[in-house]
This record gives sequence, structure tokens and C-alpha cells, in this order.
Amino acid sequence: MSTAAAPPPKKTNRIGLEVLSYKGSRTTLCAGCGHNAVSERVVECFYELGVQPWQVAKFSGIGCSSKSPAYFLGMSHGFNAVHGRMPAIATGAILANSNLIGLGVTGDGDTASIGLGQFMHLVRRNIPMIYIIEDNGVYGLTKGQFSATADLGSTLKTGTPNDLPPFDCCALALKWGATFVARSFSGDKKQLQAILKTAISHRGLSVIDVVSPCVTFNDHQGSTKSYSYMKDHDLVLHELDYVPFREDIAVEIPEGDVMDVQLHDGSHLRIRKLGRDFDPTNRLAALAAIEDAEAKGEVLTGVLYVNTAKPTFLELLNLAAEPIATLPESRVRPSRAALDEVMEELR
Amino acid sequence: MSTLEVSPAEPLSANAGRSVVNDFSLQIATVNGSGSQTANTVLMRSIFQMGIPVSGKNMFPSNIAGLPTWFTIRASKHGYIGRRKEIDFLVAMNPETAREDVMKLDAGAAVVYDEPLKLNELRTDLHFYPVPFDKLVAPVCPEAKLRKLVRNMIYDGVVAWLLAIEMDEVHRALVKQFGKRKAKAAELNWGAAQAGFDYASKTLTKTDPCRVERMNATAGKIIIDGNAACALGAMFAGVTVVTWYPITPSSSLVETLIGYMRRFRVEPETGKATYAIVQAEDELASIGMALGAGWAGARAMTATAGPGISLMSEFIGLGYYAEVPAVIFDVERVGPSTGLPTRTQQGDLLTTAFLSHGDTKHPMFFPCSMEECFSMTIEAFDFAERFQTPVFIMTDLDLGMNNWMSDPFPYPEKPINRGKVLTAEDLDRLGGFSRYLDVDGDGVGYRTLPGTNHPKASYFTRGSGHNEHAQYTEREDDYINNMDRLSHKFQVMRAHVPAPVQETRAGARIGMIAIGSSDYAARESCDQLQAEYGAPVDYLRLRAYPFTPHLEEFIRRHDRVYVIDQNRDAQLLMLMRMELEPDLIARLRSVRYYGGLPIDARTVTDDVVKQEGK
Repeated sequence: MSTAAAPPPKKTNRIGLEVLSYKGSRTTLCAGCGHNAVSERVVECFYELGVQPWQVAKFSGIGCSSKSPAYFLGMSHGFNAVHGRMPAIATGAILANSNLIGLGVTGDGDTASIGLGQFMHLVRRNIPMIYIIEDNGVYGLTKGQFSATADLGSTLKTGTPNDLPPFDCCALALKWGATFVARSFSGDKKQLQAILKTAISHRGLSVIDVVSPCVTFNDHQGSTKSYSYMKDHDLVLHELDYVPFREDIAVEIPEGDVMDVQLHDGSHLRIRKLGRDFDPTNRLAALAAIEDAEAKGEVLTGVLYVNTAKPTFLELLNLAAEPIATLPESRVRPSRAALDEVMEELR
Repeated sequence: MSTLEVSPAEPLSANAGRSVVNDFSLQIATVNGSGSQTANTVLMRSIFQMGIPVSGKNMFPSNIAGLPTWFTIRASKHGYIGRRKEIDFLVAMNPETAREDVMKLDAGAAVVYDEPLKLNELRTDLHFYPVPFDKLVAPVCPEAKLRKLVRNMIYDGVVAWLLAIEMDEVHRALVKQFGKRKAKAAELNWGAAQAGFDYASKTLTKTDPCRVERMNATAGKIIIDGNAACALGAMFAGVTVVTWYPITPSSSLVETLIGYMRRFRVEPETGKATYAIVQAEDELASIGMALGAGWAGARAMTATAGPGISLMSEFIGLGYYAEVPAVIFDVERVGPSTGLPTRTQQGDLLTTAFLSHGDTKHPMFFPCSMEECFSMTIEAFDFAERFQTPVFIMTDLDLGMNNWMSDPFPYPEKPINRGKVLTAEDLDRLGGFSRYLDVDGDGVGYRTLPGTNHPKASYFTRGSGHNEHAQYTEREDDYINNMDRLSHKFQVMRAHVPAPVQETRAGARIGMIAIGSSDYAARESCDQLQAEYGAPVDYLRLRAYPFTPHLEEFIRRHDRVYVIDQNRDAQLLMLMRMELEPDLIARLRSVRYYGGLPIDARTVTDDVVKQEGK
């Protein structure tokens, strides 16, 4: 016994939790599914930033993507709602408890088809939460029908081409009011991490469209949401670097090449240009860039838009600072005198 | 000029000298958008202020301006405030409906009408009072464009003289109606009322028998509509998240609530709101937000009507299965489909009881009065959290949008009960929990709220199959256990829902059962059956679904039981049939009315008499 070496100290984050505390149950999605990579990024980012898991509330709709909240952050409350209506559930929960860190995971069927209305109204209200769309252009759980984000001309496994134009969820989010809009690829670990961490620090609605290939139904030749298509057509806008507020950032920022965005919690997003001039605080430029890329058959990834000034829905409602759900009776039941006053008016 | 354009016929002369005091229905037929609502409310309040029990019912079109509207005021010294079919006194202001309105009257009724309509030529068995409204309005309202609105106040003065309503009370009601901020408008309208009164007193000769006499039956009472009463109930229940989508006849529930919450639920020290009210994009979103909020621990509600209930179906199934509290107001209107949006019905009972696919059952509360709209709303919020499920408060357009007399509401004495919610301290003590485990035998598990500061607080909520530990499952035994527990929970509710109210009469062999707004017609009908037919009838008013054991006991004690439904398919009776023994079902008889107006006592009485073979 005396000769045995002491076990190495377990690695923990700043709040003393191991990465295990951020994991969920074992995934039941297909091996190689892009969604599993997204789940891994969620685990890493929340662990690395030292977010208390029980401060997070997970939300999802219906579909393969919507199953994934069971596979990460097992110590967070989760709500797997009905198809396309996760935004309503999330909105209600965040109104009830404004201290929650809302994390929604949805798919392209859930968001762009059945749930398009709720998605647009979530965007319009700028509900402070993270909204990840795991976008594979296809309904996986019902075995491979087109969704509304499938590109024109992209084919099913059977060879049937899609003849309707796609909804671009980032363009929709940009147009109608989301305050952080990004697109990434499940295969781009570093970019997705930086985007996700930025979303955690952002106050407002973060819409992250992640092209996340379906290995079973939409990873073939002819699909525009396959691994190989993304490898050839992923147009990375810039290099992203997330600097948590705890780290010293008094480092020289070279003029012109790097843009620095200070986020709500004091963290920073550093954006290093890659060849082209792109300003992610310019909404119209972002919309134009998306249109431009789409015309060229490219998939633009990176931070498309960030706005740290716009008030959230909670601010518009002028809500009390504490979660209203659990205010004591003395603060939610008006006095006897108040009832008497109303009764007198009605006499 | 002739002062009276009546050619007395036989039935009229028979009325001579007879007096009908504090017991008549007065109907005012106008065009919507003409401002008649103010004149009508003032008239109703004036009678109320004279201490006479009164009710006001507005029959209005689904339209903003230009279609016919009827407002009926019933004065009843006996305190009957349900609808009465017979009209004793008509104010015919709408040229489009005037002829038909007059032709429908019983002989002996009185008609105030706009002189140029020459309604007196239609019949000889009515008392006609012509009034030259245009001539009278011009001098009291120099501004021509306001005349359309002020014109109506003239009939208040005319009717006041004819029915002996005190003009001081008209003035008081008018000032109250307009409030301090619209003193100028009140003055203008008061001039019109006086012009009407002066004209009537100088020109008309009273020949009909109706009049009012001061009583003392309304002292201390309030006048309110059911939507406002529910809104107040919600505020005093401590509601924190309110979501809604506008729909007649429920919109004013939340609109009134918004007004009260701004006054009483914004904290003066910080200027911050202790509530959130959200107008959603549709009813799917409004119920979704309410459930999300209920899940996160808020007292959450939404208000809607039949079409909204249909849209909420999917989410209600989730609320039932995932066990999330919420309070849903269904202010019923006439269905199916768009139906008659501004008419009343109790037509959503079956839909609501089993709303959503699969095996689902939902508790429903049936308030019948303004006081119950208030107190049962408070009870419903406790109930929803106690049983962790959506609870429906079923009112209707008659209760919700009409003006009712009521005792003032009592302040809620019971503290708010938030149900079985585990805190971080509880979790420390217990070391964990299983969300859907029936620890107490009542079918209700313990829940935690998201954000609870404890590593063992979390659980996963889903509408898919789940076991006691809230884990995903497709196992046969897990599924059956869960569904059986939910069924047991529903059975347990029977002992906790508001119990029925009974009124018994000596020797009664027949019984009557009603819910909600049918109560007024039912009780008046029981009196009619006793007084006119010597038939004592016992009465049971149910206040909730699931039914309590009182229902079975009541039916067992009677040979025949009449169940009143304001719908075509006897939906209340059908709910009973589902759970009663055949010998009890055999005793049930159905009385139905579904024409869109509030049910009246005479309709009930006539139907019972016919079925009794009297």
C-alpha cells in the first residue's frame, strides 16, 4: 500500500466541478451524427467557463436534435416540449425565472417548418437565451424527408431533388431582431467553441445555426448538408477567439486586423479578419454576405452579427430583479386595502 | 298634437289601473358603435342605485359598428337576475330592426320609439311613446358630429320619466360612468337626459303599467362583469405570468387584469413589476408560455374561448402528462368553428374535459356568480399547483361580459399554497428525489424548480414515455404504472374540488342539476314549478369536474333528475353518463337550450312540465 502512488488530483474548473458534472446520459443518436459533436461542445464550453449546471435550463422540441439535451448537462433541468413549440416553453420559463441560463436545442424541421412562427416571435422578442439549430436539411427521426432548410437542388438518398428554396435561419434571425447570430459547422470544433462561449456571455437571443450532417439520411453525394460538401464549401469568415472576463486581456490588439467586442459579462470576443472585410456589427452587411455566399453555393460560417446594446424582452417588461416565480406572498398578493379600494369603485 | 298615439284595443284596456312595480324587462335596440353602451349602463345603474335588484345583458354582433345590438335590463324585486324572455318595455332606436322588435312583443308591452319610424301604425295592442330624438338633440348638442352619441342619452330621460326612475340617480350614475376626467362629456349627456325627461313629462301620457319604486335590496353591492371578477381573482391569487391571445369573449379578462396589475403589482420602491403579461402570437404560444412558466414555478395563466381551446389541445396533453400546473380560463361562446362569437353557450365541456390525444382528463371549475369568479379563480391557482396539472375555469360570455350585481368580494384568508416543491434544503435532507414517484399515495409527486441551487435538483421533463425517475422509457410496465397513477390522481381530486351547492324543498321527488350561468334560470324555474304547478324540485349546482360523490347521492334520492345544458348535445349529462351506474343514468332527463342567448327560466320550466306530462 505504502508504495502505491497517490491518484493524480482530479481536474476541476473554477467552481470545483469535474467535466463529468457537465455530461448527460449516453447518446442514442447514430454514430458520427453531427449533433453528438455539438453536445460535446456544450459540455466543454459550460465546463470551461465554470457555469453552474443547475443554473441552466435546457429546452428542446421534437426530433433527433431535440433528443440531445438528455446527452449533456445532466445536472440541469430539461424540458423536451412539443414539435416546433420550444420557444414558447422557454419564453415562459425565462419570464418566470430571469436568472436561468436558457439553452435551447432544436432542428431545422423543428425551427424552420412546424416551428417557424414561434421561432420568429422568439427572435422578435429578443428573449435572452441560446438557441442552437442543429441543421441537417432533413427529418431524421421520420427517416429522411426534406426539411425547409434543404437547399434548392439538394437530393434525397433516393435521388429526388428538392425544388423549393430554403429558409436561411440566420437571415431570418438577423432580419427580425436576434442580437447574436452565428453559423458554424459541427465539424469545426474551435469555431463552434468560440461561438458557443460568446453566446453564454451574451445578453439577448443568440441564434446559432450549426450545419450538422445526418450520417444516415443526408450525407450522400448530391446533399448540400453532408460532411464532404461542407469540407469543400465552408467559407470561414474570420478567426474567433473568446477571452473570458477572468483572463487578462491587456494585450496589444493589432490595429485593423482584429476586432474586439466586449460582452455582457465582461468577456471579450476577438475577431481576426481572414482576407475579407466583414463587420459583424453591421446587420445589413451580414444579410448581404449571406445572400452573396448562397448565390455562390458557399456556406458562410462565423459570427454574422452581434449587438450588445439592444434591450431584451425582460428589460422591456420592467421585471423585478429576482425570479418572479418565487416571490413571497407578501409581494404577489395585494393588500386588503387594495381589494377594498377596488370594491368601492365598483359600488 | 296628439299626446298619445295609442288606439287602445281590448287587451290594453284590461291593463288599465294595473301596476307592475320592480318586475319587468326593458330592452333597448340600437346600432352598435352608436355609444348606446353608456346610456344603457347609466339606466341600469340608476335602477340599481334605487335599491332594486337588476341585471344587464348585452346582445351584440361580432362587428365594430353598424349592426344591431340589444341591451336588456331586468328589474326584479324577487332578486331574479337571469334572462327573462318576455320584454315589457322596448326602446326602439334601430330603424333596421324596429319593425321586427315591435312585432315580437307580447300584447300590452310599451314602446318608446323615434317618431319618424311611425311604429304605432304596426299594432294596436301596445303602448306607444313617440319621441322626436333629432329635434330634441339639436339644442342640447350644438356640435353636430357628437349628436349621434348624445342622442341615446335622451331615451334615458324619457324612460326615467315613464318608469319613475329618479333623475338624481340618473345624474349620479352618469357622473360615475364618465368619471372625473370626462366631466365635460358628462355635462353634455346630462343635458340630453334632462331634455328627454322634460319632453316626456310635458308631452307624453303614461299608460303602461311598468314602474320602479325605491327598495333597499342593493345596499353595499357592486356591479361587475365576470371577466373583471376573474381578473381580480387572478391578481389576488398572486399570478405572476399571464399569457394571452385576443379572442372574444375573453379579451377583456386580461385587458382588465393589465389595468389592475399596473396599479397594484408594480412595487413603488423600485418601480418594477412583480408579474409579466405577454400578448402571444397565437393560442399555441400562449398556452406554451403558461406551461413553461408553470414549470419554472410561476403562477401562470392564460385566457381564451373555444377556438383557442381547440388550438391548445396538443400542449394541454403535455401539461397533463408532464404534470405542469397552469390555470386556463375558457370564456365559452357559441361553437363549433367560429360559430357565433358574441353569443353565449356552455359548449366546450366535453372537449375540455378530455382535451388532447391519448387518455387525458382535466379538472374544470364552474363558477356561477361574480363572487365565485373571484374566489374560485384563487382556488384554481392553489389547485393547479397542488395537483400539478392544467386547471380550466369554465365561464361563458353571459357571465364574462355582462354586468352583474354582487356582494363585494371577501379578501382571501387562506395563505397561498404552492404545492409539493422541494427546496435545496429539502434535497440536502432527502439526498435526492424521484419526480414522478407517488410518495404520499395521492398520485402527486414532488417537483423541483429549475434554478434550484442544488446539484441534485434537476430532472428531465418530457412528453414522451417516462418512469418514476423522469427517465425516458418505452417499457410496458412503466407506461401503465404512470398512466394509472395519473388516473388515481384524478380520482383523488374529487375530494378537493369545490363541492356542489344544494337547495332542497320538502317532498321533492324530482331534482334539477345545473352549472355556471344556468344557475339563475334553474333556481327561478324551481320557484316557478313550485308556485305555478305545486311541484317541489330539489336543486344541485355542480361547481367542478371531476364530480364529487354528492352527485350520485343526489340522483339516488330522486325519481327523475333534470340536467340543464346550454349546448345541443347535453354535454354535462354526457359527462355524468360516463361514470354513473345504469340505474342512475335512467333517472336523468335533459333540458337543453342552445340558441346563443343566456338560458331563461321559462324555457326550463316549460320543458320540465312537458317532460313531466303535466
